[in-house]
Amino acid sequence: MAGAAGPGRVPGAAGGDGDDSLYPIAVLIDELRNEDVQLRLNSIKKLSTIALALGVERTRTELLPFLTDTIYDEDEVLLALAEQLGNFTVLVGGPDFAHCLLPPLESLATVEETVVRDKAVESLRQISQEHTPVALEAHFVPLVKRLASGDWFTSRTSACGLFSVCYPRASSTVKAEIRQHFCSLCSDDTPMVRRAAASKLGEFAKVLELESVKNEIVPLFTNLASDEQDSVRLLAVEACVSIAQLLSQNDLETLVMPTLRQAAEDKSWRVRYMVADKFSELQKAVGPEITQNDLVPAFQNLLKDCEAEVRAAAAHKVKELCENLPVDGRETIIMNHILPFVKELVSDSNQHVKSALASVIMGLSTILGKENTIEHLLPLFLAQLKDECPEVRLNIISNLDCVNEVIGIRQLSQSLLPAIVELAEDAKWRVRLAIIEYMPLLAGQLGVEFFDEKLNSLCMAWLVDHVYAIREAATNNLMKLVEKFGADWAQNTIVPKVLGMANDPNYLHRMTTLFCINALSEACGQEITTKQMLPIVLKMAGDQVANVRFNVAKSLQKIGPILDSSALHVEVKPVLQKLGQDEDMDVKYFAQEAINVLALA
Amino acid sequence: MPFGLALQSADIISTVEFNHSGELLATGDKGGRVVIFQQEQENKTQTHSRGEYNVYSTFQSHEPEFDYLKSLEIEEKINKIRWLPQKNAAQFLLSTNDKTIKLWKISERDKRPEGYNLKEEDGRYRDPTTVTTLRVPVFRPMDLMVEASPRRIFANAHTYHINSISINSDYETYLSADDLRINLWHLEITDRSFNIVDIKPANMEELTEVITAAEFHPNSCNTFVYSSSKGTIRLCDMRASALCDRHSKLFEEPEDPSNRSFFSEIISSISDVKFSHSGRYMMTRDYLSVKIWDLNMENRPVETYQVHEYLRSKLCSLYENDCIFDKFECCWNGSDSVVMTGSYNNFFRMFDRNTKRDITLEASRENNKPRTVLKPRKVCASGKRKKDEISVDSLDFNKKILHTAWHPKENIIAVATTNNLYIFQDKVN
Repeated sequence: MAGAAGPGRVPGAAGGDGDDSLYPIAVLIDELRNEDVQLRLNSIKKLSTIALALGVERTRTELLPFLTDTIYDEDEVLLALAEQLGNFTVLVGGPDFAHCLLPPLESLATVEETVVRDKAVESLRQISQEHTPVALEAHFVPLVKRLASGDWFTSRTSACGLFSVCYPRASSTVKAEIRQHFCSLCSDDTPMVRRAAASKLGEFAKVLELESVKNEIVPLFTNLASDEQDSVRLLAVEACVSIAQLLSQNDLETLVMPTLRQAAEDKSWRVRYMVADKFSELQKAVGPEITQNDLVPAFQNLLKDCEAEVRAAAAHKVKELCENLPVDGRETIIMNHILPFVKELVSDSNQHVKSALASVIMGLSTILGKENTIEHLLPLFLAQLKDECPEVRLNIISNLDCVNEVIGIRQLSQSLLPAIVELAEDAKWRVRLAIIEYMPLLAGQLGVEFFDEKLNSLCMAWLVDHVYAIREAATNNLMKLVEKFGADWAQNTIVPKVLGMANDPNYLHRMTTLFCINALSEACGQEITTKQMLPIVLKMAGDQVANVRFNVAKSLQKIGPILDSSALHVEVKPVLQKLGQDEDMDVKYFAQEAINVLALA
Repeated sequence: MPFGLALQSADIISTVEFNHSGELLATGDKGGRVVIFQQEQENKTQTHSRGEYNVYSTFQSHEPEFDYLKSLEIEEKINKIRWLPQKNAAQFLLSTNDKTIKLWKISERDKRPEGYNLKEEDGRYRDPTTVTTLRVPVFRPMDLMVEASPRRIFANAHTYHINSISINSDYETYLSADDLRINLWHLEITDRSFNIVDIKPANMEELTEVITAAEFHPNSCNTFVYSSSKGTIRLCDMRASALCDRHSKLFEEPEDPSNRSFFSEIISSISDVKFSHSGRYMMTRDYLSVKIWDLNMENRPVETYQVHEYLRSKLCSLYENDCIFDKFECCWNGSDSVVMTGSYNNFFRMFDRNTKRDITLEASRENNKPRTVLKPRKVCASGKRKKDEISVDSLDFNKKILHTAWHPKENIIAVATTNNLYIFQDKVN
């Protein structure tokens, strides 16, 4: 394709007689209207190649008009087109002609598919930067106005995203018009447009003069925050973050806080959820003083909200809220105003709330220090470790490292062990899988002694679980443990047990031996592999089950590189050759593969 | 007759719905097809044929399917159609069968691209060596083509049969209700929905009622109602909590002990519920009557209209031929002043809420020629039959009007008899 694009670099050079290089471009152009979507999509993705070949003039006069009319196409084609046009300025002749790209993007900005519209808006925003100030007012601003006063809400929603890019570079009269248009979209008849306006309100406020923010944006914000539709109101919460950053503390108190307080107590749980979800951002935006006076009481209410979704969202934010409090007086606020409510949540009726809390509560220990942790947090951790819902227990266990730093894990080990054992034997295999994944972490923090004594037998029991996914995870777990505790430990505690399973009457367990060897050989090193593992693998080549035999071939292929060449040639080669003559075709196949990979042929 | 009926059963109309402007009318049928009619632009020379409806587009919305896990056939019958508020030049509607909801786009195309580099318009290839210049295709006008394309498929969320779909006034969500559950969907997201009502008891033997219909409030986005087979209507507020198992209002009329019979519960089952356009009232249809409820009064309806009270003495035979389980729908006119619902013998009824007058009309080809004025019909319950009256015993229970629709702005109505669609309009002066 690069060669084909060559002649096109000189404008107008594509008209040469019977030029061979025209052929691929001709194919691309023809496929713009192929019946196969995939081919159309390919062509659209190479639109720049076509444009290069046509030259800037023909791109403007022929290609763009054609593209403007292709809005009937499939979404994926339109999406690709919208994306391509964002980088097309050079191909139509540079910034002086950037406005030529507006018509096709304008029609893409009105299609019903949100992803396509959003992409068209993104490209329009990109192109707006390439317009000269004169072109911006002559072409881009009129486009925004057209979209903003379009008949259908699709075009009006698209307009909402374009105000902030043209405002900073417009003249003051045009600025006033732009503000006026945005204002009317904020009170549009359809909730779709009001939602779009609400979600762009913060972004627009950032490019406005402070006076306009106070006089125009704040009233709009207040209106949207008390919209009859809760789907609009909840978006105003997001805008609140951006607007709050722009105002002084005094203005904040009088202009924004009444609305924010109202949102935190909104009748609709979805709005309150949004406040909880955006709590950290809000906290940063309003500063420490208002946080302490207003947000902390609001947060208490969210933690005891009647809707579980809201409580769960608030519970997720407990740690971040505490972290971001000013260090001065932080402990007092947490101990007196946050922790009492957190304690309630530990025995919440909803498991999602408890599990959200369990995922962050351990983080409080670093903030509160050793004494408070032992006295106040530890009872909560222990209660959650005994929770009936496995997810809660898992979340506590997965965050043990935070506590370890502060008070050491030993404080917990009494309760930890029963919790781990129970999870390890949970009837749901996904729960068992989750706890296996935390094993290496636990082993690291509890130390080898504790591990050998209490947890080793669990890890071995998983190797013979009746679910394959568990056996597989258990195998990987062993590898990670060996990486942690070293080859000596492996040789003494793991390897004998694993190799013992090679004589198990169940062929699935015999295969587990092979999988373990695959995983462990590298971590254990050449000596253990050659002396202890290899003989077992070779012996298993005579197994009566074909699945075991071909896994022997695969294992040999895997451990081959670790062995020295004499073992490879003297011991491995004959066995693989024998397996290569096996009656089972899969065994033959994998034996042959191993011979090839190990270069033993 | 059974033979003839079987032949055409795919054509039985199962739902009728005007779009928000009234310019389009969609019908769904038992064969899974959707037919859309478009009102003709007003013709100045023929004033009497104002805005007739002609076929605009026909497409196969659903196909019969088989659920292999449950060994169940899934019928292709269209249970409900709902139009989306118009968002651009194209039109969108939701159609549903028992299990799967689909979003369709109906769009017009009047241009097509012309001009290839390497072949002629008829497909013959050109000699590539003759290509000396590149040619960009150009769009040229062509005859208008209407296309229907499936945009989204919302599947696998209903264990029981979907009886209702309703689009929210926030324009981005809709609900779908089956016998025991109501789900909330986002119109752009097909891989998940939220369960907002679940009345399935832990033990199915304790099941005493099912959801029969559900609808969103026309302008309060957080409010919806659902009706039950026990004759109650529950209004739920989605602001209160994520799961709306607890209703905020329960509309129920105390039963009249004097009318109590074996059939009481069956005939009190609500077959349809519709909010008025204003959002102040809602209308429910049970087997024998239409009731209008003020949303502010839960203990009894503000108006009750008898649709075919003369059938009360026939309930026994209607039970035997299963007619008692027919699900009649009801609708409001554009200004909420008149309501309409169907009956048997191809009769349909209208009730004027202001004058309290009611009328029975007949939709039939035998008795009415096109462009004639409909004559009111009367059914006599017992005793002596007057001239022009029809005896209850001669009513044909196979001819029922279950589905009707009223143009949102004008006095134009669509009435579906078994497999005919009638469109009537106010007399043009």
